[in-house]
Amino acid sequence: MVDLRTEIAGVALRNPTMLASGFLDETGGSMARVYQAGAGAVVTKSVGPQPREGYPNPTIVELDAGLLNAVGLPNPGVIEYEHEVKRAQAAGAVVIGSVYGKDADEYAAVAAKMSTYGVQAIELNLSCPHAKGLGTEIAQDEAAVRDFTREVKDVVDIPVFPKLSPNVQDIAKFAVAAEEGGADGIVAINTMKAMAITPELKMPSLANRFGGLSGPAIRPIGVRAVYDICEKVQIPVIGVGGVGSGRDALEYIMAGASAVQVGTAILSRGLGVFNEIAREMASLLEEAGFQSVPEAIGVAHA
Amino acid sequence: MPRIQVVPLLEIVRETPTTTTYRFRGDLGGKPGQFLMVWIPRYDELPMALSHLGAVKGITVRDYGDATHALAAFTAGDRIGVRGPYGNAFQLEGPSVLAVGGGSGMASMIAAIEAFAQQGARVVTAVGARTAAELLFVERANAAGEMHIATDDGSRGSAGFVPTLAEKLLARESFAQVITCGPERMMAAVVDLARQKGLPVQASLERYMKCGIGICDACALDDKLVCWDGPIFTGDQLAKSEEFGRYRRDKSGRRVPV
Ligand SMILES: Cc1cc2nc3c(=O)[nH]c(=O)nc-3n(C[C@H](O)[C@H](O)[C@H](O)COP(=O)(O)OP(=O)(O)OC[C@H]3O[C@@H](n4cnc5c(N)ncnc54)[C@H](O)[C@@H]3O)c2cc1C
Ligand SMILES: Cc1cc2nc3c(=O)[nH]c(=O)nc-3n(C[C@H](O)[C@H](O)[C@H](O)COP(=O)(O)O)c2cc1C
Ligand code: FES
Repeated sequence: MVDLRTEIAGVALRNPTMLASGFLDETGGSMARVYQAGAGAVVTKSVGPQPREGYPNPTIVELDAGLLNAVGLPNPGVIEYEHEVKRAQAAGAVVIGSVYGKDADEYAAVAAKMSTYGVQAIELNLSCPHAKGLGTEIAQDEAAVRDFTREVKDVVDIPVFPKLSPNVQDIAKFAVAAEEGGADGIVAINTMKAMAITPELKMPSLANRFGGLSGPAIRPIGVRAVYDICEKVQIPVIGVGGVGSGRDALEYIMAGASAVQVGTAILSRGLGVFNEIAREMASLLEEAGFQSVPEAIGVAHA
Repeated sequence: MPRIQVVPLLEIVRETPTTTTYRFRGDLGGKPGQFLMVWIPRYDELPMALSHLGAVKGITVRDYGDATHALAAFTAGDRIGVRGPYGNAFQLEGPSVLAVGGGSGMASMIAAIEAFAQQGARVVTAVGARTAAELLFVERANAAGEMHIATDDGSRGSAGFVPTLAEKLLARESFAQVITCGPERMMAAVVDLARQKGLPVQASLERYMKCGIGICDACALDDKLVCWDGPIFTGDQLAKSEEFGRYRRDKSGRRVPV
């Protein structure tokens, strides 16, 4: 039997699948359900200092290639969010708190508050491609990635994982900046900036006009990002983008990821997707002669 | 994957001073109780129940806020976007049913009322509204079986709230089951009544929705999703709910009173 347990910067996971931020994680009840359905951990919705309604509908468009969204970071704010985290934890869930803000101070303040709720780690959403005026586009600026990471590290004593944007020329440089800022791990990738137009109406399909693309279309982009990042940093990496099967997850693991996050695949495979990916990974690893997940991490670099 | 279809409006029917039906052809299925996400271009995309199944679909919309008010100015030939149908459907079982509808809630139930009647069940409908002019689908309900009316102001039928009327009908005869849709406190009262009698009951709920397809968590009710696990829930599910009749989520996900 292959041992599916893995560990990222001291956070122990029963299997390497995590719920990606933004999917079924605005409420504690849903996070508990996803954990109970088999996820190794759940990442919260990105939460900021104040409640935020997000953008008007349409906010989601289903495409052949994947999903296009501009939900606009709706969230109840970090104060109200406490009882959602507590509710998920009461069900036994391993919770990673995703945060955003408009500047480094806000990131630090929200992360500090979130860390008091008993989350196992902080994910820094530096990379939402469609939220204007928030720090979420700072994954475009290496110095900012370093400074934001450092400010957050200074105020929390749990691991910090900056989440990077694929909408840059060379993502590995940003991972290096995060590592210099003291990051304990890297999450890659967030969605790709994209647009769909409804020809019959001669207008963009999203109310926000453009949004972020997720799902199968971005998997090769994510795998390449993780591969490049792992060539340049020592800290662990969590791969995200288009993971929908055990085979997809193994691509990321072999590129160097210690775990994967899953979002859009919930649409096609339902909440059973976490258990199914874990089971498929186990049998593929076994066929390939591996006894555990860590043995397979980064083998494609040889 | 299902996608948005842009459809011209074929026919627009004013049902009450505030409620209008929009008919269109769409390459969609649809069972009684299911809903569509309806894109009103330039305004919003909103969940709306299918009030007409068959080849020419229909939605019946109350002029409520900005987007539904904008839709009220649409004329035949104007186009909307539709995707779906989404959600579960009313379970149509047993020889008889009491349907209890309040206000625009009749839009979500009328297809089930007609489907029950078509499969030979005895259907008794209690329709409630603020005032006589706002009663929705009384002719269709009447054609499907027996129909009773309650209005808040007593302008037609019995004066008072529709749960009181439902209570009388439940005392008069026994039904195999109860279905309900309307304001949430009204539904909570009807669910209580049915459960006191030991009758199976199904209620169709509304929550704020973004995706409609079970990924964004906007429509959470306890650990369920109204768009995916619902919109129709059984009395047993609702009796266990902490939030039904008490809390909903606002657009930011904060829990607020219904
Ligand atoms: C499954 C389902 C089926 C529905 N079926 C019908 C129907 O057949 N006929 C009908 O008239 N109404 C129906 N509704 C309610 C309808 O979606 C709202 O009344 C409508 O969205 C109001 O929009 P507005 O822009 O005019 O109002 P606004 O002023 O924008 O909002 C007024 C209120 O409408 C509700 N609302 C607004 N946007 C949404 C949204 N995206 N999702 C859910 N609720 C929203 C909120 O409670 C809000 O407080 C249904 C709702 C759900 C969830
Ligand atoms: C509807 C939606 C909401 C999202 N919200 C967030 C968010 O709040 N914070 C964040 O870091 N990423 C968010 N993302 C990005 C995902 O976490 C993930 O990086 C991306 O979807 C790629 O993974 P996937 O292909 O498995 O979905 C969101 C994605 C979608 C589709
Ligand atoms: S509306 Fe998105 S989960 Fe129900």
